[in-house]
Amino acid sequence: MSAARDSVMAPGASAPFLIGESMTGGYGRGPAILHGCTIAVERGEIAVIVGPNGAGKSTAMKAMFGMLDLREGSVRLDGEDISALSPQARVRKGMGFVPQTHNIFATMTVEENLEMGAFIRSDDFRDTMAQVYDLFPILKEKRRQPAGELSGGQRQQVAVGRALMTRPKVLMLDEPTAGVSPIVMDELFDRIIEVARTGLPVLMVEQNARQALEIADKAYVLVQGANAHTGSGRDLLNDAQVRRSFLGG
Amino acid sequence: MDVLNALVALANFVLIPALAYGSQLALGALGVTLVYAVLRFSNFAHGDTMAIGTMVTILATWALQSLGIGLGPLPTALLAIPFGIAGAAALVLATDRVVYRFYRAQKVKPVILVIVSMGVMFIYNGLTRFVIGPDDQNFADGERFLISARDFKAWSGLDEGLALKSTQAITVVTAVIVVALLFWFLNHTRTGKSMRAYSDNEDLALLSGINPETVVRVTWIIVAALAVVAGTLYGLDKSFKPFTYFQLLLPIFASAIVGGIGSPVGAIAGGFIIAFSEVLFTYAWKKVLGYLLPEAWQPEGLVQLLSTDYKYAVSFVILIVVLLFRPTGLFKGKSI
Repeated sequence: MSAARDSVMAPGASAPFLIGESMTGGYGRGPAILHGCTIAVERGEIAVIVGPNGAGKSTAMKAMFGMLDLREGSVRLDGEDISALSPQARVRKGMGFVPQTHNIFATMTVEENLEMGAFIRSDDFRDTMAQVYDLFPILKEKRRQPAGELSGGQRQQVAVGRALMTRPKVLMLDEPTAGVSPIVMDELFDRIIEVARTGLPVLMVEQNARQALEIADKAYVLVQGANAHTGSGRDLLNDAQVRRSFLGG
Repeated sequence: MDVLNALVALANFVLIPALAYGSQLALGALGVTLVYAVLRFSNFAHGDTMAIGTMVTILATWALQSLGIGLGPLPTALLAIPFGIAGAAALVLATDRVVYRFYRAQKVKPVILVIVSMGVMFIYNGLTRFVIGPDDQNFADGERFLISARDFKAWSGLDEGLALKSTQAITVVTAVIVVALLFWFLNHTRTGKSMRAYSDNEDLALLSGINPETVVRVTWIIVAALAVVAGTLYGLDKSFKPFTYFQLLLPIFASAIVGGIGSPVGAIAGGFIIAFSEVLFTYAWKKVLGYLLPEAWQPEGLVQLLSTDYKYAVSFVILIVVLLFRPTGLFKGKSI
């Protein structure tokens, strides 16, 4: 990249949109789970975090969302240091987060779930809701049904839709395909790509490493809370060591 | 055999009283269930919240009466209910601020909050007795009957009279209005929905930007309003005595749990189930059976299954049966 091109970009634009830099920390006073781990998402890209069980994938994402205190390192959103903010404050700053479990209001209807997603907005959010329904047509069909009565894949769509209602600047998904069938998983990945194509950066933790790497612009392999491999999804898929250790040859 | 007289006797002694009592229990159980749904503990102070709120209503009623302000045929107490609600809301909000919030911040287990609410119960209890005394207070005025037994007999030509006390009619009508308002609030307003969201999934509600302290405050105000309306209606229908209100906690809890604690629809269903079974089991059926059975089969005793002293036992037998077969209550509340 030439210096001339850098100079026409906005200040801070050369830095990643969201970055958790050399994060070290754990839950409460417990032992550190993350050890100098760095995760970054660029504008308009899908970044995925993969790795073996217990590698601290979800913990890394939660650290970026402020759900645990960092002992070292920092989190910056669009150049601004947000390390000291609570998760709620980060939502207001433009971070959309979909937890792995308990990510919908099960007793409320699909439409009410979306409304609650837009709770912090005081403007008219009907156009955003229409966009979510365009993205997930099945939700429009089932908008009057309690979200808890939907299938696993549909619930995940509700969860993503709820997070999109704030019109976030970055979307963070913690294992969106956990517990859904392979067919539904493929469909969810397609939708996530679609979301990313609208220009919204997506950061995702995935257990299905192969599929995740296939759609990833940038991928992080974590091992024991530290970065083991970093690169584009395709690079890591072709990396002999990564294949051997995480993808089963 | 005289089916008409039997029906009238049944309506007069069972159906109408149980309907009024059921409405009062339902309103009480709604308060208990809302605290459970949002604050996640069984509020033992609810009976005494009713007592203290009703006490404020009674004091306001007396003040209005002495000023000569009334509602004509309707009881003056209806006009005084807003004062009672304001008083009870201020009290529970103050209690939350100095007592419950402290424990909430520490994220204590629900059982600790239950014990804390028992402490609050004793304080409210003492406060009520200190201000208005432990005795019976009668504060109903206005027209006593909507339909009196004598008028009904003259009109229908039947031997049995049907009396409809105005307080019974007011109880049912008020309960319907209050419940309709509550459900409209919970299902159609932004604040109401945020309460349901918080009750459903606290963490996700936080992520959605719902302020838990606002939800808690709104809940307490609604609970205070429900408690005062329930307490005032009960006091108008029967009479006001602090100890009775303390005892009402038992059938109210039974109603909330039978219906499924945390579920508003369940609280209403539970209230009527408990009320009807209490009345059915403690009613002396001699009169109704007398009309229905041939002379040879006429019962000699009162045909009363249980003495009214045991009416709370009925609530608890139903409670146990429901918990054995449907631990989360009839309307899928939260399991406890």
